[in-house]
Amino acid sequence: MSAAHDDHHHGPAKGLSRWLYTTNHKDIGTLYLWFSFAMFLLGGTFAMVIRAELFQPGLQLVDPNFFNQMTTMHGLVMVFGAVMPAFVGLANWLIPMMIGAPDMALPRMNNWSFWILPFAFAMLSSTLLMDAGAPNFGWTFYAPLSTTYAPETVTFFIFAVHLMGASSIMGSINIIATVLNMRAPGMTMMKMPLFVWTWLITAYLLLAVMPVLAGVVTMMLFDVHFGTSFFNAAGGGDPVLFQHVFWFFGHPEVYIMILPAFGVISAIIPTFARKRLFGYDSMVYASASIAFLSFIVWAHHMFTVGMPIAGELFFMYATMLIAVPTGVKVFNWTATMFRGSMTFETPMLFAIAFVVLFTMGGFTGLMLAITPADFQYHDTYFVVAHFHYVLVPGSVFSIMAAAYYWMPKWTGHMYDERLGKLHFWMSFIGINVLFFPQHFLGLAGMPRRVPDYALQFADFNWISSIGGFMFGASQLILLVVVIKCIKGGPKATAQVWEGAQGLEWTLESPAPYHTFTTPPDPKLIHAQ
Amino acid sequence: MLPKAKLWLGLVVAALMTLSTNLQAAWELNMTRGVTQISRDTYDLHMQILWWCVAIGVVVFGVMLWSIINHRKSKGAVAAAFHESTKVEILWTVIPFIILILMAIPATRVLTEAYDSSESDLDIQVTGYQWRWEYRYLREDANEEEVAFYSILSTPRDQINNDLPKEEHYLLEVDKPLVIPVNKKVRFLVTSNDVIHAWWMPAFAVKKDAIPGFINEAWTIVEEPGIYRGQCAELCGLDHGFMPIVVHAVPQEEYDAWYAGQQQAAAATRAAANNVVTLSAALEQGEEIYNRICIACHQANGTGLPPAFPALAGSAVVNGDVEANIRLVINGVPGTAMAAYGRQLNPVELSAIITYIRNSFGNSTGDLVQPADVNTILQEAQ
Ligand code: HEC
Ligand SMILES: [Cu+2]
Repeated sequence: MSAAHDDHHHGPAKGLSRWLYTTNHKDIGTLYLWFSFAMFLLGGTFAMVIRAELFQPGLQLVDPNFFNQMTTMHGLVMVFGAVMPAFVGLANWLIPMMIGAPDMALPRMNNWSFWILPFAFAMLSSTLLMDAGAPNFGWTFYAPLSTTYAPETVTFFIFAVHLMGASSIMGSINIIATVLNMRAPGMTMMKMPLFVWTWLITAYLLLAVMPVLAGVVTMMLFDVHFGTSFFNAAGGGDPVLFQHVFWFFGHPEVYIMILPAFGVISAIIPTFARKRLFGYDSMVYASASIAFLSFIVWAHHMFTVGMPIAGELFFMYATMLIAVPTGVKVFNWTATMFRGSMTFETPMLFAIAFVVLFTMGGFTGLMLAITPADFQYHDTYFVVAHFHYVLVPGSVFSIMAAAYYWMPKWTGHMYDERLGKLHFWMSFIGINVLFFPQHFLGLAGMPRRVPDYALQFADFNWISSIGGFMFGASQLILLVVVIKCIKGGPKATAQVWEGAQGLEWTLESPAPYHTFTTPPDPKLIHAQ
Repeated sequence: MLPKAKLWLGLVVAALMTLSTNLQAAWELNMTRGVTQISRDTYDLHMQILWWCVAIGVVVFGVMLWSIINHRKSKGAVAAAFHESTKVEILWTVIPFIILILMAIPATRVLTEAYDSSESDLDIQVTGYQWRWEYRYLREDANEEEVAFYSILSTPRDQINNDLPKEEHYLLEVDKPLVIPVNKKVRFLVTSNDVIHAWWMPAFAVKKDAIPGFINEAWTIVEEPGIYRGQCAELCGLDHGFMPIVVHAVPQEEYDAWYAGQQQAAAATRAAANNVVTLSAALEQGEEIYNRICIACHQANGTGLPPAFPALAGSAVVNGDVEANIRLVINGVPGTAMAAYGRQLNPVELSAIITYIRNSFGNSTGDLVQPADVNTILQEAQ
């Protein structure tokens, strides 16, 4: 290699071009994480509009059409803009460092898969400014509401979804290629950190279902513009077909948003319990079983569409089965804490809250699986409470736990522990005040996606809104913590956390721009 | 117990009881038990799973809490070295599996019951529209007068917009409720005319999607007379939150009398298509219909919400040829939210609403449309 070439290796380029042209996994990880945080605030703003309108019965702030745009955009932005990119960001930063690889396997594609996203979301969000308004048919965009009866902006929505799908597919190809090909000598599959394992499985899920999502929006595109009738009953089509195809994507999608979270939690709890993870092997098998089962349960979202009873029973039993591997995970985390030597820094607080609150979301998930009971729960606030428990104190808390846990490795500084704890407690209290009463609302009969409600729902709604405002405001603390930590703070050691295990903790903090250009010493690689 | 202590205890219990009964209405925490066998079975199923979850939660969270309290470094806890145990892991795979089987058995039983819609006493076709329900009582004899009507939110817009105080059944009241007899097996044939809706009556534990082009079956046997309230449960566009469902369950004799009255009214409406109406009567009836149906899209003063919903004030159609205007309202505009009202309103109502819009919001054609004019066009449309 020439001397000139060697020069590149010392550090990043200067200015904007560093971020535009970068192929460095750490830079791209940072881009993903910031993008995700920005989308989290945007989607959060939409949520605040929703909670403000629902603060009292009656229409106060927005008209029903704008309200529907808010619920739709909130869902889309949070799922595709906040949660998924955050996990891809974490994967970019961490997977190469965890498996002793110098970078991702396909660095240029990595750059591309990130830079698609800002355009996709700019396109989607721009519909808010158009005359016809943003998509207003719910993030599940059921046909024919999203086809024959959709606002004209549905086409922008379709192209935005295509772009997000392309980005995800490239991201997952990259992760699969990296994990399978670039592990350091000695890093056998069964020695990989669980975060790597769960992401590998997630990447396969993404590869399997993103094309299905692309398929369903393409069918919509044809129905809207080219006169086909896939989902139009008047033309011989079938609106229920839409739901089958959508949920064949949509159900694995919810595991795409939770499996990497399992990986994060499986890294954090052992560190702060100063004890090896209980049941590593069963964790791997449980993740794989959950991934498999996620393909055969989709119609539990559709128990009221009028499937034959054999279908209802099959999907009920299959869904109930998911409780088994999920239970194994929760029991393993509990057993890891049991007889450990625990301390409760911010990442651990978020991780423990994850285990408790995610499990509560799991319980309501089990209740929803029981078909006759689901007839009462379906499309009510009970469902809203359920999936927010698994997604917010589930996925989102795990992302925050990960941010606090690895931030010293990324920035070289310790974050402000006092502010971190404040952020945790505000979020923890806020989230429960926000979502717990929604269980009661749903059971008492409040449908979801309504801008106004009957008077008996008034009390729990204002309580829920207060919790929402509290949770929303406390996310600004996170922003302050991150900025403070980037700017300075106590110097972080390489080890950072007393109990931390794994290759990334053998690197100095902040991790150098290029790491593991030569493979790590195999002696450093331990069983997890 | 000391007499004084007893007194205090009594007072506290009494206070708690009054408080809880007062709060019950607003602070409803749980699913309704409902008024049908299926709804009670569903409730029992719900409670059973809930208690299983609580029990599992107490054990798991208990162990976790105990570890958090006792196994902390600050208390000098030293981490143990164990990190697997095949025995324990098999145990906590098998036990949940057994619990699941225990849950699946009653769930399967209730589902099988709920799916048996055979041998009904009365069939009612329920059709969802943006944003109202249509109920059509199926006849055994096609020569009988048919009973069919729309059921639309009757809460005034002023209450929704906070200009009037909200009343007890805010958003859960309709102009014409569905009436069914108690203790009879009523089968609902649920479908839709536009997007997907869902017909949900919590007290019966009936929720079925109304899907265009498909007919779903549901059924109920209501055991107690009463007024029951529910809502559309599937996002169906703009006024999804404003299409409630109200069912009056009444004793058979009362039902029979009501049904006969409806048949007479239907016959009278058909006859009235030949009547001649006055301008003032038409304007009055037209205004009432406008505020009930058209206002959601075309707005109170006819300004609409362009571009989605055009203004009627100054509209070329409304101020132009009468016949074209009648045709538009009868046939709607296919592919848009403008429905074909010829199928929903009778000739008297249609003539009234058209007279009204042609003489309101600054439109002043002075036309008085007669039911007979509408009827001619209706006949040729069919
Ligand atoms: C669900 C919303 C909705 C409701 C309710 C509704 N309309 Fe419309 N209406 C529309 C839409 C959308 C159009 C425009 C159709 C098009 O694109 O030409 C329209 C068009 C019209 C027009 C033609 C206006 C013009 O200038 O082109 C008339 C007249 C009209 N509606 C009358 C009525 C009457 C009378 C009622 C009540 C019985 C009613 N509409 C209820 C949505 C609605
Ligand atoms: Cu509806």
